[in-house]
Amino acid sequence: MSDEKKIGTYICKGCGIGDRINTSQMATIAERECKSNVTKEHDFLCSAEGVKMIQDDIDNDGVNHVAIVACSRRAKTEAFNLENVAITRGNIREGVLWVRPDTDEAQETTQEMAEDYTRMAVFEVGAMNIPQTSGQSEGRKNLLVVGGGVSGMTAAVEAAKAGYASTLVEKTGSLGGAAAKAWKRIPEHTPYADPEDTGVAELIAAVEASDKIEVHLNSTITKTSGAPGRFSADITTESGSTTTENFGAIIQTSGYTEYDANQLPHLGYGKSKNVVTQAELDAMALEANGGPIKNADGKEVQSVVFIQCAGQRSEEEGHLPYCSGHCCLTSIKQAMYFKDNNPDIDTTVMFSDLRTPGAGGEDFYRSGQDKGVIFTKGIASEVTDSGGGCTVKFKDLILDEETTADADLVVLATGQVANAGVDIDEVPQDEPGQWEVSVDSILNMDYRQGKDVPQLRHGFNDSHFICFPYETRRTGIYAAGPVRRPMDMLQAKEDATGAALKAIQAAENADLGRAAHPRSGDLSFPSFRKEGCTQCKRCTVECPFGAIDEDEERYPLFNEARCRRCGTCMGACPVRVISFENYSVDTVGNQIKNVEMPDEFDEKPRILVLACENDAYPALDMAAMKGNEYSAFARVIPIRCLGSTNLIWVTDALNSGYDGVVLMGCQKGENYQCHFVKGSEIANVRMSKVDDTLQSLSLEPERVATYEVAITDIERAPQLINDMAETIEKIGMSPFKF
Amino acid sequence: MSNLNTEMIEKYRNNFLKEVTANVEEGEWVKMCMQCGVCSGSCPFGPHWDHPPQELFMMIRAGKREEVLTSSSMWMCTSCYNCIVRCPRGLPITHIMHGLAHYADRLGMAPKEQPTMKFAHKFWDNIVKNGRVNELKLSLGVYFMNGIAEGIKTSLKMQAVGLGMYKAKRLNPMEFFGGHTVKDKSGMQAIIEKAKEIEEAKIKKFEG
Ligand code: SF4
Ligand code: SF4
Ligand code: SF4
Repeated sequence: MSDEKKIGTYICKGCGIGDRINTSQMATIAERECKSNVTKEHDFLCSAEGVKMIQDDIDNDGVNHVAIVACSRRAKTEAFNLENVAITRGNIREGVLWVRPDTDEAQETTQEMAEDYTRMAVFEVGAMNIPQTSGQSEGRKNLLVVGGGVSGMTAAVEAAKAGYASTLVEKTGSLGGAAAKAWKRIPEHTPYADPEDTGVAELIAAVEASDKIEVHLNSTITKTSGAPGRFSADITTESGSTTTENFGAIIQTSGYTEYDANQLPHLGYGKSKNVVTQAELDAMALEANGGPIKNADGKEVQSVVFIQCAGQRSEEEGHLPYCSGHCCLTSIKQAMYFKDNNPDIDTTVMFSDLRTPGAGGEDFYRSGQDKGVIFTKGIASEVTDSGGGCTVKFKDLILDEETTADADLVVLATGQVANAGVDIDEVPQDEPGQWEVSVDSILNMDYRQGKDVPQLRHGFNDSHFICFPYETRRTGIYAAGPVRRPMDMLQAKEDATGAALKAIQAAENADLGRAAHPRSGDLSFPSFRKEGCTQCKRCTVECPFGAIDEDEERYPLFNEARCRRCGTCMGACPVRVISFENYSVDTVGNQIKNVEMPDEFDEKPRILVLACENDAYPALDMAAMKGNEYSAFARVIPIRCLGSTNLIWVTDALNSGYDGVVLMGCQKGENYQCHFVKGSEIANVRMSKVDDTLQSLSLEPERVATYEVAITDIERAPQLINDMAETIEKIGMSPFKF
Repeated sequence: MSNLNTEMIEKYRNNFLKEVTANVEEGEWVKMCMQCGVCSGSCPFGPHWDHPPQELFMMIRAGKREEVLTSSSMWMCTSCYNCIVRCPRGLPITHIMHGLAHYADRLGMAPKEQPTMKFAHKFWDNIVKNGRVNELKLSLGVYFMNGIAEGIKTSLKMQAVGLGMYKAKRLNPMEFFGGHTVKDKSGMQAIIEKAKEIEEAKIKKFEG
């Protein structure tokens, strides 16, 4: 392919564009002002015929940069899916036509809007290069599964079914994890009436029988490096021998540890032998093997009280603030261990809120009631040893009274604590050259940002659990099972299956040089000009996905396949040496600079809107579909993430006469909605410096506004633009027009 | 305390739920209540009872035998069926209320001056005689339930209503002397006898 850029501009007249807008004027601008090499109008550009017109120019005329000036980039993506070219879209339909009234007075400003979007599209694509894969991938497709419990085994078995080999590494001497220590499981099949066999033996047999699964017992991971498609992991046995293997992707299924009941002395744990945890009761049941369960005094249990939420859903120091999700069902299951053996045994489940999630949860609860398990809404305050049994002091919440219950055995539902390794927010990574294995770490990554996958909340590994479950903030590494969030066995299996498929997808994408979601398929990747880099480390610190390491000379070292293409590094870089082929300081800068700037006395202000392409931009598109109008003075530029906003854009805009700048990113903080997790948060910190710029230009601070916009804000997003227009009306035009 | 009561206490010792399951009409449903409180919230009498249905069910499960059986709560039920319609667990709450009331009465534990119970007794004694309700005797019986003076006062107050009913052929003064019956009166009485027998047997037979 020749290096020569040949720009083709294709203007659509369909969807009413041609009726209200002078497209030939747009074409003239593209040709004369923007130096578009080939410029064509079409009545119906997304039709087969229209697309063929473009493709013909690509094939026969050497057009390799395409500006499609038609509808939003979010529409007609299939029709305009052109390969091996740099491409952009000028948004005339949603961005102009549908947000402006069809009136004579509005005509002039509407036309100006359309012309500006034409300029922006052509100049943007002119600053692009054709994305090409990096060639960094080694094309590995096999998986590393860390943790040999139900989640890990399921992931390996499911991957094998899909034809992918995996290596299963288990710390202990046997497979099965927590589930192997249980007598029965919560039922997974209709009628959800009785506990079922755990199925662990079958799962182990399936793992052992598969020629696609290699098992390492008594082993841990002592080093993980690389990226999707080319991970390398050191697998070290207890005796210290290490093998290094390569993988395409990693699934972390390191499971959970039961919460330490010693922290609950008021509930008698450690004081009375007849107070046990759920896991301990399951061990007792396993021992009894279907026969009567005996308490510590050797007495066949005739009465048992289960205390739900023991040390959970509690704000008290040292307690778990969350619900572990499985324990109510587990207690029902365990109460049935007794009832099924002897219906006369008194079993009481003491709860404050009974939660029985899952398809069969309610049926199982009902079955428990049917078998005579008593459910008492009450809060236990104290459990004391009564010699051969226990006395539970509790408040009955229905009858509103303090009372007691005697039982031969008390079981505490204590919940799950994730085995998530080290918290990288607390334990910083070792300096390069001084890197050491940590016994507390699960993956022992050599990544710049820390040894383990970042934790989201309460010590669980996860990132965007609403949109992208299993996804961690380390591309190509997927967390599944209770290390991701508390869950029961059925959920863990579903989780593991999902994670296995995601891992396969990550390895395959890496092989093709493609990004993972949300920019899935994107071939471009960040590159940087070493000569300009000042080694400020902002990019390596701010990358939400830990994609950038540092080399021996402390320069950033990009790992393309780990990168999600958010552009946060690009926005962070003070010397602007980071760019993508199809997204750079220049592609956006060109758009900002090439908007026609009417002079101060024209009464036509210009508002720059930088809108996140994941939420704010779609919100504006949808507002347009609904016909929610906004100011004709706005010029909206989609950006990958607010985190990619480089301060220079804002400074340039203000310097070149824009009267206002509106930045729209996603919700940040605890309940963040940012597709790149930290992008909008980082951008906000960065934007706090805009005030200095404004001050140095003696401009009013109101001229720059940053908002959190959700995809559902279809009324609010246009309103925010209109608010800025009103503000400008109040404070006056910018004096920086040339 | 009635004999039956002592017998039942003996038999079920501290497991009142089992006793209710065995002896109360629809009592086997009590264990299925999930304590959502919808019934109590739906009951037009909810705020006026000592113990709305949800609470009664919890008391049964908590073994509060005496408190439940001597309560006047279940006697307050008007059979509006609001609770039944709304209970997410499908408990036949109204029927359980009547079942509990009836059981308490049989054990001789119902509150002595409970007017609903008194009325129920009168109604029952009235209807089992002929298989038809004798409206006149029932009304008068109820008016004079609390003594002659009050009876006369109420009768005078209800005079107009009685006259209206007479005109509409809803009340026949001749009923005072016997009244109408079902066709096969002795057959009907035999049915009642049999029903009683079955119920006794059920209570006897159930092995807690
Ligand atoms: S684009 Fe985003 S994910 Fe990629 S290196 Fe830069 S900050 Fe990291
Ligand atoms: S049927 Fe009885 S218990 Fe149920 S809501 Fe009506 S009055 Fe209350
Ligand atoms: S509505 Fe039904 S389930 Fe809910 S408290 Fe009443 S009886 Fe129980």
